Amino acid sequence: MAQNTTVPTAGHDEHHHENTVVFGFWVYLMTDCIIFGSLFATFAVLRNQFNGGPTPHELFEFGGLGLETALLLLSSITYGFGMIAAHKTQISQVILWLGVTFLLGLGFVGLEVREFAHMIADGAGPDRSAFLSAFFTLVSTHGLHVTCGLIWIVTLMVQLMGTTEIPERMMNKLTCLSLFWHFLDIVWICVFTYVYLASMI
Amino acid sequence: MSNPNTSSSGESHGSVSSYLIGFVLAVILTVLSFGVVMSHSLAPTGTLAALSVLALVQVLVHLHYFLHMGSGSEARWNNIAFVFTVAFVSILIVGTVFIMANTSINMMSR
Repeated sequence: MAQNTTVPTAGHDEHHHENTVVFGFWVYLMTDCIIFGSLFATFAVLRNQFNGGPTPHELFEFGGLGLETALLLLSSITYGFGMIAAHKTQISQVILWLGVTFLLGLGFVGLEVREFAHMIADGAGPDRSAFLSAFFTLVSTHGLHVTCGLIWIVTLMVQLMGTTEIPERMMNKLTCLSLFWHFLDIVWICVFTYVYLASMI
Repeated sequence: MSNPNTSSSGESHGSVSSYLIGFVLAVILTVLSFGVVMSHSLAPTGTLAALSVLALVQVLVHLHYFLHMGSGSEARWNNIAFVFTVAFVSILIVGTVFIMANTSINMMSR
């Protein structure tokens, strides 16, 4: 009897199982959102505590910020093109778009590291003031996430090489990474708006 | 997977044109954000308000065109989790700013 009741629902469960992979990752992203929310709240409280140190007007410049934003925005659409190719099972196209996305993301992280290095060299490191502690914690947490995304992109590119089809499991991995990458872009919107631009008014 | 129009997770995936529309909207909104601050055309409070509106609209654009959030029945639990998170983070940020501003006034530290 127990067997009879489980058999008809087996196929149904299978279908829902695939849903839960992506949904589970979505729930992780929501918890990540709360981490970023806490860091934004911390930054909002400490944003004017300069302790006589450098202010945002002396530290931030529009050029570098615009370039970083452009790279991340472009990488979002190139990943989207990769997903479209994945749904059409054009594997070489997927690898190509993932590669482009990787290079754009690498450019973003490179620019950010260079910006941090300049700031620390100029005596505006995270130990200078409460404002800078909050700034470095928030922005480098985002940068660390992007770096993890880059490692993930390379991993999936290697796994896709030499294959001729994209099984369900692989598609789930690509979908999760897609959510992760676009989520980081949304966090960056809040970073460039509230951390950089709002401090440069 | 047998149905090419919906993915295994039941959510719709975009087309080239929907990604391009989202991208163009995102670029316009980003440029407007930078423009508002760089041009100094508004008072500081007005600039901050404009930035907030532009950021909110851009987040919605990204959620719709890039993360494909929708109102379908398959997306129900995703949306519930999302609404809970938005409420939670709003209370977290607004509450923190409110309480810390109050503390700071009462302790006359500013």
